[in-house]
Amino acid sequence: MNGKSLVSITDFSKENYLEILDLAKEFESRPNPDLFRGKVVGSLFFEPSTRTRLSFESAVTRMGGRIIGFTEASSSSVTKGETLYDTIKIVSNYCDLIVMRHAMEGSARYASEVASIPIINAGDGANQHPTQTMLDLYSIQKTQNKLENLNICLVGDLKYGRTVHSLLMAMSEFNSTFHFVSPKELKMPMVYKLFLENRGLKYEEHTEFNDIVKEADVIYMTRVQKERFSDPIEYEKTKNAYNLKKDMLKNAKPGMKILHPLPRVNEIHTEIDSTPQAYYFTQALNGVFARQAIIAKILGLK
Amino acid sequence: MHDKVLNVSAIKNGTVIDHIPATSLFEVISILGLHNVESQITFGTNLESKKLGKKAIIKLSEVYLMDDEINKISLVAPQAKLNIIKNFEVVEKKIVEVPENVVGIVKCFNPSCITNHERIVTRFKVLSMNELRLKCHYCEKITDHEHMEII
Repeated sequence: MNGKSLVSITDFSKENYLEILDLAKEFESRPNPDLFRGKVVGSLFFEPSTRTRLSFESAVTRMGGRIIGFTEASSSSVTKGETLYDTIKIVSNYCDLIVMRHAMEGSARYASEVASIPIINAGDGANQHPTQTMLDLYSIQKTQNKLENLNICLVGDLKYGRTVHSLLMAMSEFNSTFHFVSPKELKMPMVYKLFLENRGLKYEEHTEFNDIVKEADVIYMTRVQKERFSDPIEYEKTKNAYNLKKDMLKNAKPGMKILHPLPRVNEIHTEIDSTPQAYYFTQALNGVFARQAIIAKILGLK
Repeated sequence: MHDKVLNVSAIKNGTVIDHIPATSLFEVISILGLHNVESQITFGTNLESKKLGKKAIIKLSEVYLMDDEINKISLVAPQAKLNIIKNFEVVEKKIVEVPENVVGIVKCFNPSCITNHERIVTRFKVLSMNELRLKCHYCEKITDHEHMEII
């Protein structure tokens, strides 16, 4: 991984995932405030994303590294008409690693070909967001004490949600069983179902949420967005069907955990926040350790 | 054979590209960059063909194409056949083969793809040819035959 960019979850192998998870665990249990000392990370957020950006900033700062960059395109030379190519070429001179978020799909792959230093993709449009997947894996491993043979229930917008697609790809390495719960309009695309079939992995599709809860080891919630529906009446009909409420958890496995890439709107009722199954806020904290591990590996510091 | 000779005159030396679907002729010309070729080129199009209904043919005098150039036209003329001509005789026959990667020919159909916003040479991996599916190296979206646009 040393010197390599992380653009897509498929850039890293299963062994790479496991090394990153081990290192994240090490950083969580034994903080290492000096490991990134003297390192400069360029943080190029052409598109604003407060949570992801702060998570990276926290990850770098807590290990003694420095962050330079911008938080939205309007405060960069993009407004003057500079191409992505030029911006990346210039910033490559100033730092050891670039973390980049951009609205255009494929922008991070392109940047990784232009840059003389590694790129970490912090989201390229609807395409990839691999560090989210790594923190999801870390959260699953931490709460279930394993990654193998788990029952993973993905809920909500399975058609457009990039996090669920990447998580599916990554978890397919660990013999998972998948349950897809979504409105008809937002079903898991065929290409991912074929991907699982080719690997001999089981999946079931559901439009009803309730009965699946008791089987799940992990429930991964996503937001169903109004703008995804061509028919607003369909949205009104389905908008609450994929919300998780406390009484739905009564038959849940004791170790089951609810994950969510956040931000949530109303798909997880706030009364769930105090249940032992609620894990989404800790999941966000795990992002700091997972990102520290990824950066350490890419910079060749571990 | 006689029909062909009558419709589009023979060449002494060069390359004949036959069995091009008539609707793809101008795409083939564009992909092969024939507008930059200075030697004599003759075309025929809307010629009768049992296989294709209407076909086109291109005769390139004194021009010989490299295999990777030939394979570029497989996207629009997968059944095309090439005859290499020396002294009015066919000395070699070639068919087009699907390349593994398609570089700089096709536009990514995803409007949010970075290749449609910066000057980037497009790159696709050919996933399947029977039902043409091209996976963009950048945005990872799939462009199929229906949405394919030649640059």
